Amino acid sequence: MQILSEPQAIETTPPAEAGRRPRLNVMDRFIHGVVMVSALVVVVLIAGLFAELAWGSRLSIGRFGWRFLASDAWNPVTGEFGALSSLFGTLVTTIIALALAIPLSLAIALYLVELAPPRLAAVVGGAIELLAAIPSIIYGMWGLFLFAPFMADHVQPWLQRLGGGVFLVSGPPMGIGMLTAGLVLALMVLPFITAISRDVFRLVPPVLRESAFGLGATTAEVTRKVTLPYTLRGIVGAAFLGLGRALGETMAVTFVIGNDHAISPSLFASGNTISSTLANEFTEASEPLYLSSLVELGLVLLAITILVQIAAQLWLGWMSRGREEGR
Amino acid sequence: MDFGASDAPLTPEELDKDALVQWPMIMGGVVPVVNLPGIQAGQVKLANTTLADIFLGKITKWDDAAIKADNPGLALPGTAITVVHRADGSGTTWIFTNYLGKVSPEWKTQVGNDKAVAWPTGVGGKGNEGVANYVQRIKGSLGYVEYAYALQNKMTTVMLKNRAGQFVAPAADTFQAAAANADWAGAKGFYVVLTDQPGAKSWPIIGASFILMHKEQAKPAQAYQVLKFFAWCYANGGKAASELDYVPMPESVVKQVEKAWSEQITAAGKPVWPMQ
Repeated sequence: MQILSEPQAIETTPPAEAGRRPRLNVMDRFIHGVVMVSALVVVVLIAGLFAELAWGSRLSIGRFGWRFLASDAWNPVTGEFGALSSLFGTLVTTIIALALAIPLSLAIALYLVELAPPRLAAVVGGAIELLAAIPSIIYGMWGLFLFAPFMADHVQPWLQRLGGGVFLVSGPPMGIGMLTAGLVLALMVLPFITAISRDVFRLVPPVLRESAFGLGATTAEVTRKVTLPYTLRGIVGAAFLGLGRALGETMAVTFVIGNDHAISPSLFASGNTISSTLANEFTEASEPLYLSSLVELGLVLLAITILVQIAAQLWLGWMSRGREEGR
Repeated sequence: MDFGASDAPLTPEELDKDALVQWPMIMGGVVPVVNLPGIQAGQVKLANTTLADIFLGKITKWDDAAIKADNPGLALPGTAITVVHRADGSGTTWIFTNYLGKVSPEWKTQVGNDKAVAWPTGVGGKGNEGVANYVQRIKGSLGYVEYAYALQNKMTTVMLKNRAGQFVAPAADTFQAAAANADWAGAKGFYVVLTDQPGAKSWPIIGASFILMHKEQAKPAQAYQVLKFFAWCYANGGKAASELDYVPMPESVVKQVEKAWSEQITAAGKPVWPMQ
């Protein structure tokens, strides 16, 4: 507002046009009001969502309390429900996805910005944006029809030989399960993290990089000591966007995760995520307590998403303070 | 809402509670399907308790002694059995778990009979097509689908031991043999469960699909058209049903159903069917 008002003051200096000033201010205030209401709608929406989900899950919250989060029971016959297996599956698939997607995305983005010939960078960049635009159900079908059999026939038997067939790689190589779901998710979040990282790498002021090169730094040194530190906030932001998408992804995961309410140490085992359980079971959940437990799962997912956001903000704040003190 | 449909029948009490009337539209088989490379449809024989033990997670390999005992001479692999069940709630699951509960007391007490249950083992597919997909993609898997899905996807079905102790293959004649046992006339609200029927030729897992309608109709003309549609289905749908190996309702049952319509479905106290 302050910045805006300065040039206006100059514009309206001629006395003949002094009458325009109050009208502009009315307009200003009007627009101010409109954008503020638009922004507040977001807050109201989130609060409303929370309230609605909490209200919908009151039966389940009243019945199970905090036990809901710690129980791995999911029995529609006896009416025992718990979120633990869904939480477990959501976290494991997300961790697999991000552990693979973040380094790979950074490598691709760095290559595109620092090393690739401009024409190739344009082609690859376009392909990545296209990858981001593919609907998730296509990833799901590809995952089930092509990727899962490939995992079952080639990747999983190989991993089992490598790992001795115990713990993380135990059980029959079905091709469907946590690992496959995590890998498909990695592919799905990759274009988002890559595209944003590439854009923030491009924002590094040329003068900074050129000075570093002028001092005799190699490309690797410039990347490590100039580009990455300068763009850290942007990269973390990109990673959290990927995290948000991985946490909530539904259709693709439902296709390949195997949809079983069990917790297994093996990455080959089937599992479920909060979103996949909602997608599978909402339509036929006829008992009120069953439905209420599903709604509470949704509430838990919303809570996780918000907690992740808060953690990201806190971490970013802490990091930038740390850097300023370090200077 | 004009009408609803379910494979799990409502009990007479549930019907009364919500003032609904239900009737059977068609009968069909639920069949176990397997993915065992080199093994053809009808080659694997499973005793009813064996099937329950596999779904309980007690039998985990295809070369388990219990399976071998019924399949002498069949080269069963040592691969793990991956159970494939429904991930969503469904009437097919209701029929299947009802059958397992009848042949295995352990299933009845530990898991039970519902549209969705806490499966002791296995992976879940969404819908009949989801189960069919998973079975076709996981070697060593065993799932259950409505027979039409097994037929259309050319899946490997198995022979099951029925209550009479005979091994039977899923087909129109074994479904009809089981369906012939149904006592529709004696069942209040057409509540008939057709699993584990007697008879040497009876396929043990069949069920009817039920249509549900409100007893009190606000728009009699519209309700009449709905009933007219179902009457047309009874009269003309038999051939299409038989092509998919569903079992059409016998003439005598159709008469009972139409009698139930005229007695129970009303608009402002007047019967909706037949048209006044």
